[in-house]
Amino acid sequence: MRKFYGTDLPNPLMLGTAQYPSPAILEEAFRASGAGVATVSLRREGAGGAGQTFWQMIRDLGVYILPNTAGCHTVKEAVTTAQMAREVFGTDWIKLELIGHTDSLQPDVFQLVEAARILSEDGFQVFPYTTEDLIVGERLLEAGCEVLMPWGAPIGSGRGLNNEYGLRAMRAEFPDTPLVVDAGIGLPSHAAHAMELGYDAVLLNTAVARAGDPALMAKAMAQAVEAGRLAYEADPIEARDMAEASTPVIGKAFL
Amino acid sequence: MTIWSVIGAGVCGLAVATELADRGAKVQIFDPAGPPGPHGCSWWAGGMLAPWCEYENAEEPVLRLGQEAISWWAERTKVTKAGTLVVASKRDLPDLRRFARRTESFTDAGREEIAALEPDLHGFGKGLYFAAEAHLDPRKALQDLFRGLSEKGVEFHKAFAPQGLDNVVDCRGLAAREYLYDLRGVKGEMLIIRAPDVEITRPVRLLHPRIPLYIVPRGDGVYMLGATTIESEDSSRITARSMLELLSAAYALNPAFGEAEVLETGVDLRPAFPDNLPRIRRLGKTIYANGLYRHGYLLAPAVAKGVAELALNNTHSEMVDEDRA
Repeated sequence: MRKFYGTDLPNPLMLGTAQYPSPAILEEAFRASGAGVATVSLRREGAGGAGQTFWQMIRDLGVYILPNTAGCHTVKEAVTTAQMAREVFGTDWIKLELIGHTDSLQPDVFQLVEAARILSEDGFQVFPYTTEDLIVGERLLEAGCEVLMPWGAPIGSGRGLNNEYGLRAMRAEFPDTPLVVDAGIGLPSHAAHAMELGYDAVLLNTAVARAGDPALMAKAMAQAVEAGRLAYEADPIEARDMAEASTPVIGKAFL
Repeated sequence: MTIWSVIGAGVCGLAVATELADRGAKVQIFDPAGPPGPHGCSWWAGGMLAPWCEYENAEEPVLRLGQEAISWWAERTKVTKAGTLVVASKRDLPDLRRFARRTESFTDAGREEIAALEPDLHGFGKGLYFAAEAHLDPRKALQDLFRGLSEKGVEFHKAFAPQGLDNVVDCRGLAAREYLYDLRGVKGEMLIIRAPDVEITRPVRLLHPRIPLYIVPRGDGVYMLGATTIESEDSSRITARSMLELLSAAYALNPAFGEAEVLETGVDLRPAFPDNLPRIRRLGKTIYANGLYRHGYLLAPAVAKGVAELALNNTHSEMVDEDRA
């Protein structure tokens, strides 16, 4: 498994921490899944360090914390939020999210590249939430990113991988870069699908937090990413148009 | 005779004092901030008695214990039993289906039913109607409890409770957090608007994947718009973004809300335990009743009964999570 800025993750599941019915259920979801990374938003909760109590609950999960810039629409906002996140959580990791479109929450990739450069130069280790566009990916790497996080589908939509071809192309184009499918996952099969393509991790939130039983769904997601990764490592067979019998038919009576 | 000292004159304290007094106990109340007012978070509540709607995103005790609330309040203040209407825009119908799957005791409402229930809602073709739910005006309810207590001879002291009292029930919400290690504050923001041109007669919830909103009629064209739920302990002011979201959701219910007057904005911190369920905890000579979260009016009656049973009969309800008397 590829390292994320030099860090080996215990498993390929990253979970968001928003929208759970309660912090107790959030904790159960982490316990049930063994997810190794928790993303946390600061933009709205942050003013004057007012989110401290909740953030302490996230620290107490004992997993890697990946603060995010969710809700930021400009480079300036994102950079300020990242700086605050570094202060609050004592980590250089930042999930960089720059929203460009109100309805689809599609990232504004132009501002994303600019903010990634500013933050990388400032010593941040940037995890950019991007699209599957190869040129944008290249620009992000040039800007200093060592991880790319293309979307599967719009945030919270639960549609799975909208553009499998694009995600495959991205994997082929950046063979040495850790890649994470971030957003759009609704079902464990979507998460497994991403891993089968050779992705290094899957980041999701709504699919677990808004499930009827978040802990159970978190466990299902953990098993799915594990299955998907094993399948990728096992080198799956190619799909064919015709049947290929697994036992030879010659020598049998085929009357 | 034992005197019970209730600290805090918010919805929790007043409900506990009422329940104790109704069971024949002698009660006094302390609150240095005075009678119920804007200093307490229950002043800013919606006042929905909506256990079935809340169950969509809360645990089972909220559904069960919340059902005791309507009759308890109806004996003590004006409760409007008009149900709740839940609607979603066409784009967000998956959220409506999800809401329906997570709860019970509703009927499907189509365009005609919605128009019959609330003619002033525009453009909604699908909804859910929870006929058994009710609502009250929180400020009137607090004042009615306060007056009722005074009529029962319960003394109110606008003062800190003296040290060393026996038989204390601490209902101070977040102010008691130094004694309750796992209590946190959850920010909520709301608006009160006056829109005499719009007539909505029951609480309406508008589902949205990011910004669920409810509107509660307070009579005379006045509406309460609520409420954000943010994991923050900043209670200084409502943010522009929150106000924008709340108002744009109201505008979606009926564009005539665009002409409403904004009468008040409110922000405060809901006291909550990690599972967002209330607790009754006896530590030494003090019983703590706290953590009513978004469910102050819905769960105060059950919490009050639980406190009374512990205080007077030494009976442990399910809300008692620790007893070190």
